[in-house]
Amino acid sequence: MSPLPFNLTQEELRAGAVGAALVIVAALLPVFDQAYYLALGVNIMLYAALCTAWTLFSGPTHYISLASAAFFGLGTYSVGLGIDHLPFPLLVLIGAGCGAVLAGIVGVATLRLSGVYFVIFTLGLAELVRQLVSWGQSKITTRMGLYVFTDFTEKHIFWMLLALTVLVFITGWLINRSRLGFAMQVIGNDETVARHVGIDTARAKIILFMISGAFIGIAGAICAPRYAYIQPNSAFNPTISFLVVIMALLGGTKRLWGPLVGVIPFTILMDFVTAKFPNHTSIVMGIAFLAIVYFIPNGVTGLIEQARTKLRSRMGAPAVKPGEVQP
Amino acid sequence: MQRRTFVTLAVSAALLSFTSGFAYAQEVVKIGASAPKTGPLAGGAAVTHWPNVKMWVDEVNARGGLKIGDTQQKIELVEYDDQTNPENAIQNIQRLATVDKVDFIVTPYSTGINVATAPMIAQHGYPHITTSAATDGVEEFAKRWNNSFWMLGTATQLAKGAVETLVKLRDKGDIGNKVALVNVTDAFGMELLGAAKPALTDAGFELVYEASFPLGTQDLAPVISSAKAASPDAFVAFSYPGETFALTEQAQIQGLDVGAFYVGVGTAFPSFAARFGKAAEGIIGIGGVNTDDPKVKDYMERHQASAGQGPDFWASATTYAGLQVLEQAIEQAGTKDRAAVVQAIKDGTFDTVIGQVKFQNNVNPNVWTVGQWRDGAFVAVAADGIEISQEPVKKQGWE
Repeated sequence: MSPLPFNLTQEELRAGAVGAALVIVAALLPVFDQAYYLALGVNIMLYAALCTAWTLFSGPTHYISLASAAFFGLGTYSVGLGIDHLPFPLLVLIGAGCGAVLAGIVGVATLRLSGVYFVIFTLGLAELVRQLVSWGQSKITTRMGLYVFTDFTEKHIFWMLLALTVLVFITGWLINRSRLGFAMQVIGNDETVARHVGIDTARAKIILFMISGAFIGIAGAICAPRYAYIQPNSAFNPTISFLVVIMALLGGTKRLWGPLVGVIPFTILMDFVTAKFPNHTSIVMGIAFLAIVYFIPNGVTGLIEQARTKLRSRMGAPAVKPGEVQP
Repeated sequence: MQRRTFVTLAVSAALLSFTSGFAYAQEVVKIGASAPKTGPLAGGAAVTHWPNVKMWVDEVNARGGLKIGDTQQKIELVEYDDQTNPENAIQNIQRLATVDKVDFIVTPYSTGINVATAPMIAQHGYPHITTSAATDGVEEFAKRWNNSFWMLGTATQLAKGAVETLVKLRDKGDIGNKVALVNVTDAFGMELLGAAKPALTDAGFELVYEASFPLGTQDLAPVISSAKAASPDAFVAFSYPGETFALTEQAQIQGLDVGAFYVGVGTAFPSFAARFGKAAEGIIGIGGVNTDDPKVKDYMERHQASAGQGPDFWASATTYAGLQVLEQAIEQAGTKDRAAVVQAIKDGTFDTVIGQVKFQNNVNPNVWTVGQWRDGAFVAVAADGIEISQEPVKKQGWE
């Protein structure tokens, strides 16, 4: 068999082909529906991008970051403040830059700490950045309400978010093949061991956090034209941070595609609940959370892998007699 | 076992919710509403928005429904929670338009969500009569979305009303020239500040203290004590409900001695009077209605009976008026055709609880801008284009 280019394995090639086919199918959505299903699609795609970007960092390191809203809001504000002066693509890059810089600063300050300190710091971060941005806005700029009016419609935003998701996946795949990815695997398994074998753990974590932050910033920038009216409460909405964590954990963070299988059912479930129980959203969502944690503690990927092992053992082992109880 | 019970429960809940929608046979007008039931703005919507929607639907249906051509059709309301989130709001509007296929929609709640959903509402051609967006952008929005109508006025109108009220009090000799001016640093507070500051200076007022604070600030005692140290004759705060209540409380505790005490959104809530009792007397703020008008009186009584609570003294009446405009425009057009109804709103004059409404370039120019608490009612003391209720008076202490 002839060797594949870039040292790709057969399995990677197959996964790539399946991925490309899925992207093409997804990209065709706006052709079939321009309204409700597209709006739902935009939300799914937004959280797909956010959760995958979040998993880039939090998956291997097991650091739970609640700072997503801070990066997202910076991206949104980059567009909100600059839309009258600079072209949109440049603003998206600025949003990415702001996200990365903030992640870098936070990383330097906190990633040497571990566990719960990091979670609490990132939770406060979104609020801190929100206050700084609105203070800066009132002192430096003369703009009052930030309106972002562009010619983008829902389908453009959908395609941009789809492209972003693909970019996050490719980046994640490249990282996994790189020295950085290998370092992250070691750190994730045991940070002390990683330090002893000579990995600069802080540097590796900061770089990964910056990449993740930059992608979340881009997502925020892409969403700015959809909000049209940029306010601190909606741009730095803490719910974003929590939803990202919940959806990513529902999917499972061991694989890069894990969050996807969390985002899709979760968004559809949430939509169903909003539609059917408009007056009881909170309580029904609460019950749904409990049910998820109770019945699928390892996430959807856990379920899939469990099913796969079961299937394999069943195929390998002699057929189970009817009536026999499975352990 | 547990799993099975849970699944059975979930399936029966889902079935119940599916089947509840198929009980009608007669032709109905389907009207969709998406606004916060949860999230930061849920409290405001529960006072100002939802009770009016419910009351209007009940009243129209009690009459037998909307007269459309030769038929009379009852309203069927489809309501969703947008969780105070523009993404959900957009999705709700799309679902109302394409899955529920509603004939008309009720305005979303708040400036931000109205602007975010406006492109989708325009895409489906629904008349979009906003009653909870007070911003200087309204003329631009009205031009951008030909189907949108803006009823609550602009920040500049509100700020000018505040300044006019201070001028009136100064001319009567109730207050002097010194003003303390504070604001919350969000878009609305800054728009009001941007309009009020030059107007105050032009009117010859002296700004002795200025401060701004972010939305959601818990401790406003330093703001009041610094303002007090500057010994102003009038205190003006462009604030949101949380800060409005906190500032008033601090002013009462510290005995801020001013002849005019103006606070922002929330002053017009019935809960404001309930919270401050006698101390509320003489406080001025955003909003106000003409409580002497029999139509307003009647509206307030009906609201009390329908919702078990009174309306607020600002956007509540406007919200109801917006629904009346929709109702009358549909009946005048005699059709459920959206474009025809949009045209009817542009051309028509409507008899509402806030008086005759006639849109000029899709904007309602006649609004009450400042109210004052007098004997348990928040009466209009300044307005643009319509009658005020009473002239403003000096605030007499905090007892």
